[in-house]
Formats: sequence, structure tokens, C-alpha cells
Amino acid sequence: MNNPQLDTDGQLRHLLSIEGLPKKILNQILDTAESFVGVAEREVKKVPLLRGKTVCNLFFENSTRTRTTFEIAAKRLSADVISLNVSTSSQSKGETILDTVDNLIAMHADMFVVRHAQSGAAHLIAKHVPPHIHVINAGDGRHSHPTQGLLDVFTIRKYKPELHNLRVAIVGDVLHSRVARSEIHALTTLGVPEVRVIAPKTLLPAQVEKLGVHVYHDMDEGLKDVDVIMMLRLQNERMNGAMLPSSEEYFKTYGLTPERLALAKPDAIVMHPGPMNRGVEIDSTVADGKQSVILPQVTYGIAIRMAVMAILGGGTGAAL
Amino acid sequence: MTDANHTLDHNQLPDAEALLLVLADKLKPLLKANTALVGIHSGGVWLMQRLLVLLADQIKLHQIEHGTLDVSFYRDDYAQRGLKAENRPSQIAFDVENKHIILIDDVFYTGRTTRAAMNELFDYGRPASITLIALVNRGGRELPIAPQMVAADLSLAASQHLQLTKLADGSLALELTPQHNSARP
Amino acid sequence: MKIHIKNGQVIDPKNNINDKLDVFIAAGKIVSIGTMPDGFVATKTIDATNLTVCPGLVDLSARLREPGDEYKARLASELQAAVAGGVTSLACPPDTDPVLDEPGLVEMLKHRAKQQGLAHVYPLGAMTRQLKGAALSEMNELHTAGCVGFSQANIAVTDTQVLWRAMEYAATFGFTLFLHAEEPFLAAKGVAHDGEVATRMGLKGIPSAAEALALASILRIAQETGASVHISRLSTAEGVAMVRAAKAQGLKVSCDVSANHLLLTEHDIAYFDANCHLKPPLRTQRDKAELSAGLKDGTIDAICSDHTPVDDDAKLAPFAEAEIGATGLELLLPLTLKWAAQEKVSLPHAIERITKASANILGVAAGDLSPNSNADLCIFDANEYWKVSPKTLKSQGKNSPFTGLELAGKVKFTLVNGQVVYHD
Repeated sequence: MNNPQLDTDGQLRHLLSIEGLPKKILNQILDTAESFVGVAEREVKKVPLLRGKTVCNLFFENSTRTRTTFEIAAKRLSADVISLNVSTSSQSKGETILDTVDNLIAMHADMFVVRHAQSGAAHLIAKHVPPHIHVINAGDGRHSHPTQGLLDVFTIRKYKPELHNLRVAIVGDVLHSRVARSEIHALTTLGVPEVRVIAPKTLLPAQVEKLGVHVYHDMDEGLKDVDVIMMLRLQNERMNGAMLPSSEEYFKTYGLTPERLALAKPDAIVMHPGPMNRGVEIDSTVADGKQSVILPQVTYGIAIRMAVMAILGGGTGAAL
Repeated sequence: MTDANHTLDHNQLPDAEALLLVLADKLKPLLKANTALVGIHSGGVWLMQRLLVLLADQIKLHQIEHGTLDVSFYRDDYAQRGLKAENRPSQIAFDVENKHIILIDDVFYTGRTTRAAMNELFDYGRPASITLIALVNRGGRELPIAPQMVAADLSLAASQHLQLTKLADGSLALELTPQHNSARP
Repeated sequence: MKIHIKNGQVIDPKNNINDKLDVFIAAGKIVSIGTMPDGFVATKTIDATNLTVCPGLVDLSARLREPGDEYKARLASELQAAVAGGVTSLACPPDTDPVLDEPGLVEMLKHRAKQQGLAHVYPLGAMTRQLKGAALSEMNELHTAGCVGFSQANIAVTDTQVLWRAMEYAATFGFTLFLHAEEPFLAAKGVAHDGEVATRMGLKGIPSAAEALALASILRIAQETGASVHISRLSTAEGVAMVRAAKAQGLKVSCDVSANHLLLTEHDIAYFDANCHLKPPLRTQRDKAELSAGLKDGTIDAICSDHTPVDDDAKLAPFAEAEIGATGLELLLPLTLKWAAQEKVSLPHAIERITKASANILGVAAGDLSPNSNADLCIFDANEYWKVSPKTLKSQGKNSPFTGLELAGKVKFTLVNGQVVYHD
């Protein structure tokens, strides 16, 4: 079956998931992002690449922070931006996802950034749009959040350039996390030799080890000698679904405290995709501490998103 | 104007190393206070790195700064060709405002790379002046832009593609490659 | 009408026929196979050279969408689809709107189906009122009205006591219950098999245990009550093993598998193909292999189409939100043939799984070509390929995981009650 993300020349046509992307393309995005980090440090933070193009943020699931970073990224590429928070508009009047997309195409949108509560929504849209339109998945259900996976790996690369020597631990609700899945695919594709997931059984999906990860239920064991700790957000619904008894017990068994952090390597870095639940999955001291790279993640998120849009938005003549 | 029938043979190409010395000589008088060298990737950067060594004394004397530009994000063929598979970040660590910039490129051809480089420079600040120097002007410009200083003028057929390469021992050489679908700088 | 079907390869599993023979039909019945009856003058001759002649197919589950869901499909279109697929008898589940729990509704459905003059329709009545799993439906009245058995469609009965009593009641009168084995709490909101594929795709999974646990309850209660139970749409290796053991024990149990589950696995979901959103979900390679083995060794009795037409829009949604089901009446034959070819199963054994075996489960006189039986036949070209597409499908539901594929097995003629109701 043809990978819907790539065109017939193997170039990126949509960014829907990290799974299925060759290492070459991941590196292309990461390397391009490197250039955009520099742009962000200038006075004029714009480049003219997407001038005249319209990027449409189609968010069926609410998210101010992700939507904002995509808006900033698009504007820094000189694109015009429309942001549609669909839960409040036509969608609730019963308009289907594809009808909404068609209407926006009729209004000359060139690129869609899509977030939806259901896995596969971005794929559905990508299958439907005409050839000159590109779709970027900003998060679909539990499936994928590719730009987050990419910015996380980019961040790791900044602090720990030797990816092929690292031990990375992902802690928390992997079962419900699209971020975790994208992180796992990015890390394994780029050759990180040991990726661990640390969580109670109730928060791990079936056969998760088949994704190429080592499973730990004991956080202390799992954090030993780790170079990178990637924390995941815990949502309140987990208590309602009988997956966890309380956030207090969760913090006691899986919270990242200074004591637990000390079990990792002394120069280990701490990451979190945000927004953080302080005192639930992570202790404030750690979140604000010197090993935390949570704020740089946000900066790099803009560069990564600019890189993705810049790669997608260009013509597809022979590579230079 | 390039004579379409006039093709150059690789034996007729000048020696890049020799041209480099010519260029260094021509550049000397321009090195004064408040000046910066900016090389355009990749050939312009190699030239700049060599010039930094050849002209080390003057550069140190006038405290001349330097930087690099990768003009990928300012090219005018993005809509046709997209971004290059590899790109390097531009590095302009100094303040461009009111500086005399010496822009260094390897082969001047259509002028489009220079236009892109100038647009990018202006997004860093307003320079006092920009002087474009190139190792070779191969003829065939398509915009009202020209280098103020070159080490050699050549006249090549449109079918020929001239580029500067770095050999295994680090020395620079000019090469002719067959014209394929590559972008014209 | 006197019909002479000439020179076809006649396969009639019940009577052990698998030979090039002629078939003679008169007054809507099979008169004889092989020898022309004395004084027989055909008013119509069908040349079945290079074609296979078998009993009209009997499908254990086809949703006709009437009453209620007419925007999805109608009786006329679906019965056309049935005969285009060589299906001459079918059972329909009770999850219509309104639910088939009133004798009047059943009579009306049977009447309207009869008016079409196409396939015979054998409704399954609701086991509980409104399928709510609380109060028993009037099984005797419904049986009189024409129901051949009772079912809960895909809706589980959560109250075990009610399930027990329903089975006891049905056992009292010898009615067969057609039940899906799926534990409702474990399966709640699940849309794919709970395994590696669902994990990669971020889809909520339905574990195999959901089928095994429900099956354990059903089989145990069947044992205690003496009820006759048919398990609809087995999907797990474990389920096959449990039914095998139950049959060995002497329980009155039968089961079927959908043609989709014989040929597809969870991997066919690929990039979220909503046409693969089915219930039960497509499972693993191993489950598929065991289902096949179960069909071969008699643990699984029959193959059904599980025909569930949905309108186009219903599938144009993210996987979990897409409506469940696949169109199937026209695919039952070619998919069965494909399975038989892949698994090296003889044609008569395969044909029996979609004719006599299903008829036996429904307890209806169909599925064979015995003398004096109804002249319901399917005449097909086993070697003719056709492409599955919205254009070629007669059903109003174009939703198929096989869209775009070329399948072998083209129905050329279908006869019901000795009349040609479909020809290619």
C-alpha cells in the first residue's frame, strides 16, 4: 500500500505520522529546523517562503497552545493564517469534516493543520484533498502528534547529539498518548538504542513492546542511568475510568521527584510536552530545575513547525 | 551575453587557487573599519575561509567580522523546486546595521543568488553598503545586478555548468559539469 | 415453466453430486438431475457449459434495512443484490427500526419480501423486547408470524439472569437462539482488535477475551438449559477451540464465520480504511488461520456474508466514528471460492458451507437440489473475474473492504421457485 504521506518521488506530501517516514525525511525536517532556530533569533523573524499562501488551522479539538505555535510558525513563513476552532462553528451544526475542508479549499486554503479527537482524522482529510494541498497532523486521537515527536527529538539532539548512545525513558499514560507514540517512532527510527516506557499496566496499550520499547512498571528501576526523561501528562479521566485510584497515588508511584531524578544520569534532561500538572506527574522543583528543558522545547516547536511547512509548501521539481 | 556556440573546454578553465590570490589582492583596499565579510554557501564560504587566512593581518587590524549566508529561504525558485534536501543555518552573529558588507560568492551567473542574499541580509538589518565580489563572472546575468569585483571574466555556453569544488587536499578548483536540471545561481 | 439446465457442473453437497449433469425443473420444483423425465419439453433452456450449478446460496445474516433505515438501503435493492450474488434464501437480524419484536412487523416484512419475488427472507425475531435485554419477546407469536429463530443482533444482554431465562424459554419450544459472543463492558467503545495494530493506530481495542468470556457464559447456560444456540460471527482462535469442545460435549451448538474474517486481518485496516471497521473486529493472522481450520474440521458450520449496507457518508468519517459493517451479499460466493482456493478446500465442501449447512441452521427447506425441492439455484462461472466497485455492486451499500479488487466467481443465473430472477 502506498504511504499516503509521500508522493511518487518519495518526497513529503503530508505530515500525518512519524511511523512510516524514512530516516532521511526525519533528518531533513530536523536539519531544516536548525536553520529556523537561527531565524527566530533575528530581529526580523520572517522569511518569505509561504508568502501568498494560506495556512488553515483546523482544530476540531481545542488547543490554544498548539494552535498558537502553528500560527506563529506560519506567520514567520509569511503565510496568511486562518484559524478555525470548529467545535464552536459549523461542525456542531452537523457539517461533516470533509464538507468543512471542501469549503475552506474553495476559499483558497493551501495547507491544513488539523487536530481532531479521533485517530485517523488527518489521514481521512489527506485522502480527500486535491494534489496541491498539504495536510499536517496536529494531533489525532491517540494515534499521532508528529510535530511534537519531532520537536522532542530535536530538543534531545541539541543537548545530547549522540543519539545512538542514549537511554530514553517515557513516563506516564502511554495508552492514551499520541505524543508517546510519535516519540517512540521518532526515537527508534533515528537509532536511539534503548527506549523505555514506565507506567502501570492500566496505562500501557496491548503489545506495546512490539513498538520496540522496554517496559517498566517500577519507576525507580526504569529511571536508572537514563539520559533523557520524557514525562507525559496525566488526565483526570483516568481516575474516572478505573485506571488509577487517585492523582496522589499516581504522584507517589510515578511522579518525577528530585529523588527519582537523581537515579538517572547526573546530566539527564527532563522534558514534558505540556501543559504540566505540577504535583501530579512532575514535581515543581524538577520542572523548574536546571535539568529541565521544557521551555526550550516550546521554542524548538516553532522551528520544527516552520520546517515542516517550508518543506511541504515548496514545489516538487528535482531536488537541488 | 553568452554566446550559445561558445563552449569552454575544461583545459581552458583558470586555476582557482591562482584566482583566489588575485581576489585577495583586489579585496585588500576594501578592508577598513566597520566592515564585515559574508560568504554565500557553499563556494562563497570556502573562499571566505581562505581569505580570512590570506588577509589575516588586515582583518585583525580593522577587527573585521564575518558570517555566512545560506539563501535557501530567499530563493525565487521555491515554488518550482521546494527547499534543498540539505541546508545549513545562516550565521550572522554581528550587527548588520550600518556595516559595510563584503558579500562573497564563487560563480556569478544570473544574479538571482545575489538578490536572495541581499534580501536575507536586509532582514538582519540595514547595511551601510554591500560590495559583491566573486571569483568568476561567467556571463549570463538575468537581473540588473553585477559584482563590483571579480578575479576572472569567462564566457560560457548556457549548456555548461561551472562550479567551484573543494578537492580532497582542501584546495579549490573550478569544474565544468554537464547542465542537468540543476538550479542556476 | 419447464426449465432445462444443460451441461453444467452440478454440485449438490447434500446428495453427494459433483458431476457434469443436466437439471430439469418444472412447476417451480426440481424434477430430476441427470436423466430427462419422460415427456419433458423445456420451455426454457439454459446453457451451463463451463458453468457450475449449485443450490441457491443461503445466507445466515443480511441486513435489508427495512423497516426503518431506508436511506441506507431498501428491500428491493438488497434483494436484487442477493439474487445478483446467487443468494436465494437469507435470514435478516431483528435490529431494524422498529425492532422486529412484533408479529405484525414480521408479517409485513415477509409480505413485502414475497412481493419482490426475489430471495426468500427468513426473519430472526428479537429475543427480548426492543432488544433491550430485559423482557422476553413473544417468541411463539413471532415464530408463527415467520421468525425462524431469535437474536439480539449486536446488542448484548447484560443481565445474566435474563439471558438464562431467555434460553430456557427458547429451549421449551425448541427455538434456536442466534447470539453474538461479546462481553459488552470489555468491548465498550472498542473499534479494533486489542493488539499491536490497534496500539500503533491509537484505536481502542476489543480483546479476544471479550469473545471468550461471553462465549463461556452462553455455552454454560446452553448446557444448563438445553437451549439450541447458534454463535454468530466467531472471530477468535480461542472461540473456535471453545465451540469445538462444546460440540464434543454434545451441546446443541452451531456457529458461523463471516466471509470477511476468513480473508482479512487487522492489518487490512492499513491507513485507517473505514471499510474495515467491522463487528466483531478483524483480528490476527492466527485467529484467521484457526477460523479456517474450524471451518475445515466442522467446528464452524457455515460462512455468511454479514451483509451490512451503509450509506457513503457514514464511512467518510474517522475510523472510530465510521459506521460499522460491510456490504456482502454479492461477495459471499466469490469470497467463499477465494477462501477455498487459498485453503485447498474442495468446491463441494465450500459450497456446502453456504448452502445446506446454513439451511440446516435456519431449519428451512433450502440449500439442496433433491427431487421435489424448491427450484432455487445459483449458476456461476468460477473462472470469471469481476471488479468490486460501486458500479458493479447492486446493493445500495457500496462499503466493502474489497473495493477495487478483482474476484473470481460471477453469478450468471439465479433461479428462485423455478423462475430466473437474475441473469448476467
